[in-house]
Amino acid sequence: MTADTLISALYVFALAAFLGYQVISRVPPLLHTPLMSATNAISGISLVGSIVTAGANYNRVSTILGTIAVACATTNVVGGFVITDRMLKMFKRKDVVKKD
Amino acid sequence: MEKIFIELSYLLASILFILGLKGLSHPETAKRGMHLAEFGMLMAIIGTLLHHHIVSYTWIIAGLSIGSLVGLAMGLWVPMTAMPQRTALSHAFGAFAAALVGISEYFRHGGHLGKIEMSALGFEVMFGSLTTTGSLLAFAKLQGLVRGTPMTYKGQNVFNMTLLAATVGIFIYLIFVPGSMPLFFAMAGLAFIFGLLLVMPIGSADMPVVMSLLNSYAGLASAATGFVLDNNVLIIAGTLDGFSGFILSILMCRAMNRSITNVLFGAFGSAATAAAGTDHQGSMREVGLEDIATQLAYANKVVFVPGYGLATAQAQHAVRELADVLEKRGVTVKYGIHPVAGRMPGHMNVLLAEANVPYSSLYELEQINPEFPTTDVAVVIGANDVVNPDARDNPTSPIAGMPILEVDKSKSVVVLKRGQGKGFSGLENPLFFKPVTGMLYGDAKDTLTRLVQAVQHA
Repeated sequence: MTADTLISALYVFALAAFLGYQVISRVPPLLHTPLMSATNAISGISLVGSIVTAGANYNRVSTILGTIAVACATTNVVGGFVITDRMLKMFKRKDVVKKD
Repeated sequence: MEKIFIELSYLLASILFILGLKGLSHPETAKRGMHLAEFGMLMAIIGTLLHHHIVSYTWIIAGLSIGSLVGLAMGLWVPMTAMPQRTALSHAFGAFAAALVGISEYFRHGGHLGKIEMSALGFEVMFGSLTTTGSLLAFAKLQGLVRGTPMTYKGQNVFNMTLLAATVGIFIYLIFVPGSMPLFFAMAGLAFIFGLLLVMPIGSADMPVVMSLLNSYAGLASAATGFVLDNNVLIIAGTLDGFSGFILSILMCRAMNRSITNVLFGAFGSAATAAAGTDHQGSMREVGLEDIATQLAYANKVVFVPGYGLATAQAQHAVRELADVLEKRGVTVKYGIHPVAGRMPGHMNVLLAEANVPYSSLYELEQINPEFPTTDVAVVIGANDVVNPDARDNPTSPIAGMPILEVDKSKSVVVLKRGQGKGFSGLENPLFFKPVTGMLYGDAKDTLTRLVQAVQHA
């Protein structure tokens, strides 16, 4: 990684940090648990790194570690989104509840 | 050509992730926001599958299938009461994936890593490793596999600091001499151990902070992976996750009025046992179920204050039934949710949402506190520290300064508790000895169900 790429990566990091702070501080305590499972699911994007590692056949160790990493990250992505959806479905307004 | 497609899919994913999190600002927009994020993730994965480095898809498919099955099982079958455990496990998975990518990248490039790359890789492996073991220990504590009281020993903080210094020392050395493989593994090993040691002295009551912190570290490990792989969407997603956890940790600490260093290194439980020697005047007044039922039935306003005990007793449905019965009689029912009630941020909210409590009935601390003086009955269910007046009145208490739900200002307080014990934190609670408070002993689910019957006949 050259100094140039590092600096542009730092730009991305800094902007993401600022944006993240703004977006997340607007999540009410009501939704903190889905927030944690959603951010967990999103950080499962590390899957894209491990997919290449598992499929590129660089060397034996990398392939095995990569596959395990793919499995772990996929668990987070699938599990995280499924659980977040499940939780969000449960939050109902009062008039909706009365209809049941 | 496909490189452009891949990069565009990553850009799309980044945008959709941010929109997805933005949607979480309100329950109504949250569902749609998540679908956007899910679509973004799908696009990024499909894009990656076209990467020109990939020679064989067998292992990838194996990993994806196993992961999907386990993830689906966890997502569909975990009950809301076990949400903290599941979250701890997913932190472990995410951090482990990041650490593994780091280790395999090291294997690939070994001694040829530049200083910048080695630094990012080092961060990735250190954070990934310590978060993996730390989260696994948190899971064990939450699940009850390991005792929840803090595990401390003399000189613990000094030992932990030394270990951390050694790990960081190796890390710095590796930046300049990246080829020393044994040292790299030593660093990873030490980080794994450090994760365990970090979480060991944390008591169950402080779990919300630790969970948020581990959430943050898992995200930062992913962000570091992004620096190593020069992948912007990884940096963005990891930073969002890292900051989310960080913000939550600060909120949790503020809600307990303790600094983050105090939580991590203060071994709260042991401090409490020292202070528990204080003698309390008076005795706890036990009340009868029928009396409470009558009080509730003829009240104008009732506020339920749930704590972790509600989760352990699985009483969330019973409390909602009681609320329904009361509301049919024209009683105003509200729920006061303390930010650190439960074992993770927002725990009580999802528990009650699962029981079909509309979220408009759930009130935060600042909203509900002014209402207690006009509340006829405050019902405390399995909550202890969050309603402990010592936090407000006693400057020598270990929880002094912590914002509490001021139930003692209500006209009447009923505390549902399994027995006369001191609760998870081991602190005496003067609320139980106040004249305004009545103790209703028994299993919360059982008590609430019988209250439902009694109120219907009142």
